Amino acid sequence: MEVPILKQGEVLIATFQAALSDADLESLRRGLLQQVVRFRSRGVIVDVTAMDVMDSFASRTLREIAHMIRLRGAETVIVGIQPEVAFAMVQLGMTLEGVATALDLEEGLAYLMEKFKNID
Amino acid sequence: MSAGEIRVAIHVDQDIVLARQKARVLATELGFSAVDATFVATAVSELARNILAYAGDGEIILRAVQRSIRKGIEVVASDEGPGIPDIRQALRDGFSTSGSLGLGLPGVRRLMDEFEITSQIDQGTKVTVKKWRQ
Repeated sequence: MEVPILKQGEVLIATFQAALSDADLESLRRGLLQQVVRFRSRGVIVDVTAMDVMDSFASRTLREIAHMIRLRGAETVIVGIQPEVAFAMVQLGMTLEGVATALDLEEGLAYLMEKFKNID
Repeated sequence: MSAGEIRVAIHVDQDIVLARQKARVLATELGFSAVDATFVATAVSELARNILAYAGDGEIILRAVQRSIRKGIEVVASDEGPGIPDIRQALRDGFSTSGSLGLGLPGVRRLMDEFEITSQIDQGTKVTVKKWRQ
């Protein structure tokens, strides 16, 4: 399953689907990093609104994506973690430590714009 | 109602997705809340992942269970893999031998109401978990 990556100015937006396999997540990680390099993006938003389960692999992959992108000098925000998914992640013991999160796409964009402003 | 028994063979990573989808459908059919259905689906995802990571293949069985008036869901994850040498250690947070997970079993235990594990070296591992409808 392909994850669509949308380019909006200096920001890339990746929208996750519900039924992502491990292979899909891995190809997304590769794809996102390539695009960040190609477009010299400064920010990435990963929209997980549609994801109904975030297990250890998905959580770890998200964390790795955010850390890799930071090493490229760009910022990542995870948006749209559903309340029951957040609850299950905490029970499972998964955290997204050091990764920015926001309620939705709009707030994610606002967060990045604020970051860019402070840097410019 | 006859929710019956659902068997999902775990051979490749897409089977993890299939198993957790079927778990969610069954939990929802049984009247579980959105939070509890997510807990069950997440636990199944981890159990299926363990099978793939440690044994290579195995099976997840999902079934509706009843205890007096309580309805619940039972998940049995079994494989014929190498087995777990030290179960107590495997149940501690942060323990991992596959290099890819460390929180599987203790997390599954917290997500579910009942947890049982049997494992024999070179014979395999069987994890049985239950969640009761609130």
